[in-house]
Amino acid sequence: MSTPLVMFLVFIAITIGITYWASKRSAGSSAYFAASRRVTGWQNGIAVAGDYMSAASFLGIAGIIAFQGYDGFMFSVGWLVAYLTVLLVVAEPLRNAGRYTMADVLAYRLNPRPVRAMASISTLTVSTFYMIAQMVGAGALVTLLLKDSGISYHTAVIGVGILMIGYVVFGGMLATTWVQIIKAILLMAGTILLSILVMAHFHFSLGDFFNAIGHVTYHEKGQEVVKDFLQPGLRYKPPYGALELISLGLALIFGTAGLPHILVRFYTVPDAKTARQSVVWAMILIGTFYIMTTFLGFGAATIVGRDFISTHGGTNMSAPLLAQALAGNIFFAFISAIAFATILAVVAGLTISASTSFAHDFWTNVIHKGVERKPGEEVLVARISAFVVGAVAIAIAILLGPTANVAFLVALAFAVAASANLPVIVLSIFWRRFNTMGAVTGLSVGLLASIGLILIGPSLMAVDPPSVTGTARHLIQAKAWFPLENPGILSIPLGFLGAILGTLLSHEPSSEHKFNELLVRSNTGLGAERAGAV
Amino acid sequence: MSEPVPRYQAEKTEWDRIAETRAFKDLMATKRSFIIPAFVFFLVYYFLLPILVGYAPQLMSTKVIGIVNLAYLFALSQFFMAWIVAFLYVKAANNFDNLAQDIIKEAEGQIKKRQEAR
Repeated sequence: MSTPLVMFLVFIAITIGITYWASKRSAGSSAYFAASRRVTGWQNGIAVAGDYMSAASFLGIAGIIAFQGYDGFMFSVGWLVAYLTVLLVVAEPLRNAGRYTMADVLAYRLNPRPVRAMASISTLTVSTFYMIAQMVGAGALVTLLLKDSGISYHTAVIGVGILMIGYVVFGGMLATTWVQIIKAILLMAGTILLSILVMAHFHFSLGDFFNAIGHVTYHEKGQEVVKDFLQPGLRYKPPYGALELISLGLALIFGTAGLPHILVRFYTVPDAKTARQSVVWAMILIGTFYIMTTFLGFGAATIVGRDFISTHGGTNMSAPLLAQALAGNIFFAFISAIAFATILAVVAGLTISASTSFAHDFWTNVIHKGVERKPGEEVLVARISAFVVGAVAIAIAILLGPTANVAFLVALAFAVAASANLPVIVLSIFWRRFNTMGAVTGLSVGLLASIGLILIGPSLMAVDPPSVTGTARHLIQAKAWFPLENPGILSIPLGFLGAILGTLLSHEPSSEHKFNELLVRSNTGLGAERAGAV
Repeated sequence: MSEPVPRYQAEKTEWDRIAETRAFKDLMATKRSFIIPAFVFFLVYYFLLPILVGYAPQLMSTKVIGIVNLAYLFALSQFFMAWIVAFLYVKAANNFDNLAQDIIKEAEGQIKKRQEAR
C-alpha cells in the first residue's frame, strides 16, 4: 500500500470514530442541526475556517499563484476581507433571530411560505453547485494523489460521496463540526510546515525569496520566458481584466456572508457574543493561511516551476509537488492527505446546510406549515435529503467526468450567494419597509441574473479548437455575450434592485409592523434560541 | 386611481414598547456609530486594491523594497486592515453587549411585574 493511501485511511478511520461518537448525541432537531448550540467560540471559529477553506483555496490558489503570480494572490485577500461583512453585518443578527437556516430570519416578519420556499431553492442551488465542483475536483485529485494505488475517478468520487453522506446522516452537525476542526488544524499545520520549508530552501532570507519571485523562468509556446511574478496582470489582462477583478471582489465580499454552509455554523454556538468571537477566531486562521499562500504559490513557482507542474498533473498539483520537492514522498503523502481532508470537510458542510434547508424550510415550514407532525420527523427528513443530495452530487460528478470544466460552478455559488441571499438578508434586517414580495423578487432576480450571466459568459460560451474534446469543451460554441467570468458587478445590483422594486410595488403593513420585533431580537438577543442539553 | 390603503390596525406589542425605549435607541445609535463607518472604511480600503491594480498597473508595479512592489504591499496590508477592524469591532461590541443586557433585564422585569399584577 502506498504512503498517501495509508494516511488517507488513518484520516478516514478517525472521522468515522468521531461520527460514531456524535451519532449518540444527535437526537432531536437542535442537536442534529446545530450541535445543541454548545460549540464554543474557538471551536466554531476553527470549524468555520475548516468549512470555508476548500480544496479550491488550498490547491487551487497555490496553483493560480504558481502559474499567474500576483493576480492569484488577489483571491487570497478577498477571501479574508470578506469576513468583515460576516462579522459586522450578518453573524450576530442571524444567531439572535434564527434557529437553523438563513430563512428563519426572513420568516420572522414576512409571509413564511413563499419566502422559505425561495430561500430554500437558493440555498440548494448554491450548495449543490458548490458541491458538484468540489466532487469533480475531488475525484480528479484523489486519482492523481493516489495514482500509485490505481484508484479510478469513479471510485474516488463514490468514496468521497459515501464518506460525506455518512458523516452528515449519522453524525449531523456535531460530526461535521469536528471533521472541520480536525481538517483546519491539519491544513494549518501542513501549510506552516510547507512555508517553513520554502523559507529554509532560501536560507531564511526573504530577500532571496522575493528575488527569485522576480525572475521566474518557464517555457511558453516553446520559448523560454522570465517574468516578475509580483507584477500584476498575468491573469487579468485588458480590456476586461480590471472589471473582472472588481467583480470578483464584489462576489467574494458580499458572497461569503450569503453562503448557507457558513451561515449555519453560527447557529451552533450558545449566543451572539460567541458567534462574534468565532468569526474573529476564523479570521485569525483564515488570514494566516492566506498570507502563507505567498510561500505555497510563489514557492511552487520558483522551486518546482511551471514547466514541471504542467507535465505532472497541472496547476492543482502545485502544493503537493512543492511538498515532494522539499521533503520527499512522506511529506507529499501528508500534504495529499490534508487535501483529501479539506475536500471532505467542505462537502460535509455543504451537505448538512442543503439538507437542513430542505427539511426545516421546505418540508416542515412550506409543506407542513411550520408544524412537525411527529417528533423527530424533521431530522429524519434531513437525513434522507442528505442522502439524496449526496447521491445526486455523486451521479452528476460521475456523468461530468474528471476533465469537465467546473471552476465556474464555484464562481456561480458565490454569485448567487452575493446577488440573491445577501440582499434579502440585509434588507430584512435593516429596512422597515421590506416585505414578502421584495424577498421573493430579490431572491429570484439575484438567482436568475447570476445563472443567466454565467451562462452567456466566457465560462460557458467560447469557441474551442477541435483538439479540445468531450466535457472539457465549452457548452456553447460561440463568442461570449457577457465578457466577465464573475457576474457580481451586474448581478448584485440586479438582486438589490429586484428586492427594492418588489417591495415598493406592494404593500404589506404586517411586515412593517413586525419589524420592531426583528429589530429588538436581532440587536439584543432577547428571546434567542438557547443552548440545549446534550 | 388606486384605493387608499387602510392603515394597519394592530395594538402595540411588547417589542414595539422596547423598540421605543431610550435604552434601545441608545444601543442602536451606539452600534450605528461604529458599524457604518467601519463598513464604509473597509469597503473603500478593499476596493481600492482591485481598482488600482486594474486601472493603474504601472503605479502599482512601483518597487518599494527591493523587488517587492506597491501592489504586493497593499495586498498584504489588507490582511492587517481586516484584523485591526475586527479587533476594534470586538472592543466596541463589548459595550453593545452591556447596553443589550440592560434592555433584556428591563424587559424581563416588566414581564415579571405584569405576571405578579395578575
